[in-house]
Amino acid sequence: MNILERYHAMDYGPAPEARNEADAWLAARDFSKALFIGGDWKAAGGGKTFDTSDPSSGKLLAKVSDAGAAEIDAAVSAAAKALPKWAAATGYQRAKVLYAIGRAMQRHQRLFAVLESIDNGKPIRESRDIDVPLAIRHFIHHAGWAQALDKDFPGQKGVGVVGQIIPWNFPLLMLAWKIAPALAAGCAIVLKPAEFTPLTAILFAEICERSGVPKGVVNIVQGGPEAGAAIVNHPGIQKIAFTGSSEVGKIIRKATAGLGKKISLELGGKSAFVVFEDADLDSAVEGLVDGIWFNQGQVCCAGSRLLVQEGIAEAFIAKVKTRMSRLRVGSPLDKNTDIGPLVDLTQLDRVKGLVAEGAKQGAVCWQPDVALPSSGYYHLPTLATGVSPANILAQEEVFGPVLATMTFRNTEEAIELANNTRYGLAASVWSENVNLALHVAPQLKAGVVWVNGTNMFDAACGFGGYRESGFGREGGREGMLEYLSAKLPLGPAIKPAPATTKPVERAEGDAIDRTAKLFIGGKQVRPDGNYSLAVATAKGKLAGEVGLGSRKDIRDAVAAARACKAWPEATAYNRSQVLYYLAENLSGRVDEFGARLTELTGATAKAARDEVDQSIERLFLYAGLADKFEGRVHQPPARAVTLALHEPVGVVGIVVSDNAPLLGLISLVAPALAMGNTVVAVPSEKYPLLATDLYQVIEYSDVPAGAINIVTGRSAELAGVLARHDDVDGLWLFADAETCARAEADSVGNLKRVWTGNGRSLDWTSTEAAGDALLRRAVEVKNVWVPYGD
Amino acid sequence: MSSTSREAELSTDRLGPSKITPLPARTAANAPVPQAHGIARNPGMKLDLGFMESMRSVNRSALERRVASLTKRRSIKADNQAAWLLRAVACMDLTTLNSNDTDERVRRLCAKAVNPFRRDIVEGLGIAGEKIRPAAVCVYHPFVATAVDALRGSGIHVAAVSTAFPHGLTPLSTRLQEIEASVSDGADEIDVVIPRGLVFAAKWQELYNEIVTMRAACGEAHLKVILGTGDLATLRNVMLASMVAMMAGADFIKTSTGKESVNATLPVGLAMVRAIRAYFEETGYLIGFKPAGGISTAKASLDWLVLMKEELGRRWLEPDLFRFGASSLLTDIERQLEHHLTGHYSANHRHAMA
Repeated sequence: MNILERYHAMDYGPAPEARNEADAWLAARDFSKALFIGGDWKAAGGGKTFDTSDPSSGKLLAKVSDAGAAEIDAAVSAAAKALPKWAAATGYQRAKVLYAIGRAMQRHQRLFAVLESIDNGKPIRESRDIDVPLAIRHFIHHAGWAQALDKDFPGQKGVGVVGQIIPWNFPLLMLAWKIAPALAAGCAIVLKPAEFTPLTAILFAEICERSGVPKGVVNIVQGGPEAGAAIVNHPGIQKIAFTGSSEVGKIIRKATAGLGKKISLELGGKSAFVVFEDADLDSAVEGLVDGIWFNQGQVCCAGSRLLVQEGIAEAFIAKVKTRMSRLRVGSPLDKNTDIGPLVDLTQLDRVKGLVAEGAKQGAVCWQPDVALPSSGYYHLPTLATGVSPANILAQEEVFGPVLATMTFRNTEEAIELANNTRYGLAASVWSENVNLALHVAPQLKAGVVWVNGTNMFDAACGFGGYRESGFGREGGREGMLEYLSAKLPLGPAIKPAPATTKPVERAEGDAIDRTAKLFIGGKQVRPDGNYSLAVATAKGKLAGEVGLGSRKDIRDAVAAARACKAWPEATAYNRSQVLYYLAENLSGRVDEFGARLTELTGATAKAARDEVDQSIERLFLYAGLADKFEGRVHQPPARAVTLALHEPVGVVGIVVSDNAPLLGLISLVAPALAMGNTVVAVPSEKYPLLATDLYQVIEYSDVPAGAINIVTGRSAELAGVLARHDDVDGLWLFADAETCARAEADSVGNLKRVWTGNGRSLDWTSTEAAGDALLRRAVEVKNVWVPYGD
Repeated sequence: MSSTSREAELSTDRLGPSKITPLPARTAANAPVPQAHGIARNPGMKLDLGFMESMRSVNRSALERRVASLTKRRSIKADNQAAWLLRAVACMDLTTLNSNDTDERVRRLCAKAVNPFRRDIVEGLGIAGEKIRPAAVCVYHPFVATAVDALRGSGIHVAAVSTAFPHGLTPLSTRLQEIEASVSDGADEIDVVIPRGLVFAAKWQELYNEIVTMRAACGEAHLKVILGTGDLATLRNVMLASMVAMMAGADFIKTSTGKESVNATLPVGLAMVRAIRAYFEETGYLIGFKPAGGISTAKASLDWLVLMKEELGRRWLEPDLFRFGASSLLTDIERQLEHHLTGHYSANHRHAMA
């Protein structure tokens, strides 16, 4: 075409990014020795390699060494060897290393971007303008955390050797999210990149070599599932951080059950993109482009479910289609490409299969008539309308450029539809009405909510999910906590309760017989099974009988806790007053509870009195903190504020051990209540009367029905029921080691947040077993991004 | 209008004759140039406050993000870049609006408009077969006759800024007389300004009425309505003022006079082209867009062309629907075109000044 023809055509034409530097880099390396272990480049045993190829052509890029269990073991050893010195380094020393990494990455920014696009298929504009700059930002941001550690996290230390497994959709960015906080915290690292996308991690390892990272502190081990499993199962690793599918996340949760490892899981999503009728519709369309057609839709937080208000649905869908027709599908290295190929043929087949199945289930799948390259794993952007909530496209994470659309009538229905998913990673809300947007954002079950925007990320703002999208946060203060640990004061080891109870002698005296029931939904109720459990005094006499709670009682208690809206919706000041009132009313019965403690546990009168006093003091503590353990406001490098809100976890199951039966119960229930959770508590199996005696105190302390539910019975059995209940959001478990391990394994049904003592109790008399350490577990951090400007 | 028909119209740039009846090509003061695209002139419509209400939602942050990524996500290289820069010239209102303008200065500008490129550049680019040059010359009223005279037979339009440019703050009768005077001197495009105070006071009816009378005063001459966006404070005001101007019969809406402290910016442009799109979807009429003020580099002109192509489509890259108001832009484009041909970076003094 001559210039005059081009003048008439006014097409963009190709704008290829040069790849010669990247090709030279590829040609100069021996990828069969690509395992970066202890500062050296190693081959895998037997010279085993896997292929990585260019998804835009299918051509082989490199044969990369494929680590097995032996190489992971070597990497963990190298990390363990390097750990003490790195952990003991000053914050300033670690900050200098993080800073050097960030700057060195900046100097090789374009090479990173081109390699990423070649290996993953993402458009160069995205790798260049989004992935790589954000990755750099993470290192420079975390240099500051390294130095601020002592000030901001007093008493906390790095967890040790960490194993990190990252996905292929944002290879370098996910590496940065994992490595930067771990380095700042003083951890040593074994990281496994995804098999589809090993290249930028290799370049990153080279940067580490030149940036003063001590040998063995960062180990980058390429490999597949065998290497991943070896990391998960390695006893020398104290923490696992994983980003990937919910399926694998659950396997990891199960595999690490009972091992006392810290884990953080950033898993899948089916994020809602909610457009209200008063939104800037044209901008919302662009938001969708950034939401679902970013990175070919291979984004865990992709806005893949469009919920649009009925009145504007037709006009909005028309706008979306028009916009889709302007998307350019093509070579990742063309600067005009909006959508590149999917990462691999298997992914392409999977996405095609899901679209076909969605269509079979009644969805109308529409694709624009845009040019498609003749080779490569390309999938056209796809709009599915007429999608019912039951359709596979509304339920399953597609991980491709496929948008499922539904309509809603009003705000309430929008929230209901948005939350009608097992996932809870992110959500977008579009409305020009700040009242509406800020009304909806807190009600969405998602770790990140963008108001009038989407897919905004920053190193200072936590990212992570609710529900089956995983737990733990990456970025910011919350992200640092995932790599730190604080020593809690341990109590005694907990022995499994005896299978059968000895018959107890009748007690003497002529007091009127009392029946201790269960406490569910604000009422004292008989156990569903109508069996009882005898409770013995310290001297082996019958102190009373309590209801033998069963799975049905747990079911009822969880239903009551879920139904209680008054407590989570109450103001923090209101919750605070109720907790104070509980303390006040308990203080009126100090003698009675003291006597009960002595009767059951044999504690001296003074020790019993101390425990009651401390219980009251602890209620006071959490009453006071109810309106003080607040979120923060982040200021990301954009004209936006990010509100890190502390929201209640939801329904929390609490299983209390026998040591300090009253103080232990209150030490766990009070912080959960203070943050607005509703609770299903299983009190000490041996001394349950201390809990049943509390019913009256609770009843006249203005606690809303359902906020506290108490089910007495066999701890181990009831803990299992709670662990397997998929409407329980959190479980705090102080029981024997086996019960703890089993509960962790059983929790995968809905990936509830489980906190156990791994068979140990806590010393509840210690002030270190109170305060922020517990409150942190009682909240989910939700980051609400609010861009502004008029 | 059903969504499907809207979509078909906008997404494909296929404008069926059934929708729009082309009017005869407008009569320029000079020999009329047959237009490549017959265009139905916007008759305007009743002031529809409900329609305006539906356009109120303009999210500045989102618009800023859109233009930031838009300009980074499209890249125009090599021969295409040369072609696009030629397009920028063809869509240019070559402008002089200085208080020290003289007839001589205006004649020089007109000469440059008639003959914008060095001969070696024209030949090197192979564009001799097509007269690529600015669409219009834009001047103050006293120079209209001079420009008409200098451009006679060239097909280049003469645009006059009018209605107490740049502020618009004289009696309406005075402003209308000004339009009539320029039209009678031969201007076939009139760039009027709106009194910004009417926007702040939300006196939409009054603004509408004024523009309707201005349009009437223009007669056959095309009406470009300058919003003075740098004064309007919010993109919402820009959007609403754009809607009023189009409803009142504007042929073009234009960003700035070049005299406000903030000139044409891409977010403002995005709001205005979205207004144009909404008006088209509602009425079927195509309204032109003219960013003006501060657009002085070839790179910036490409950003604006990309904005038009992405948001409105290929059809809006023709001079009957898109103009740059510019003075120094032409020279920068010439330098880029020379570089395209020679591989050498050029200098201003190597190109004839306007």
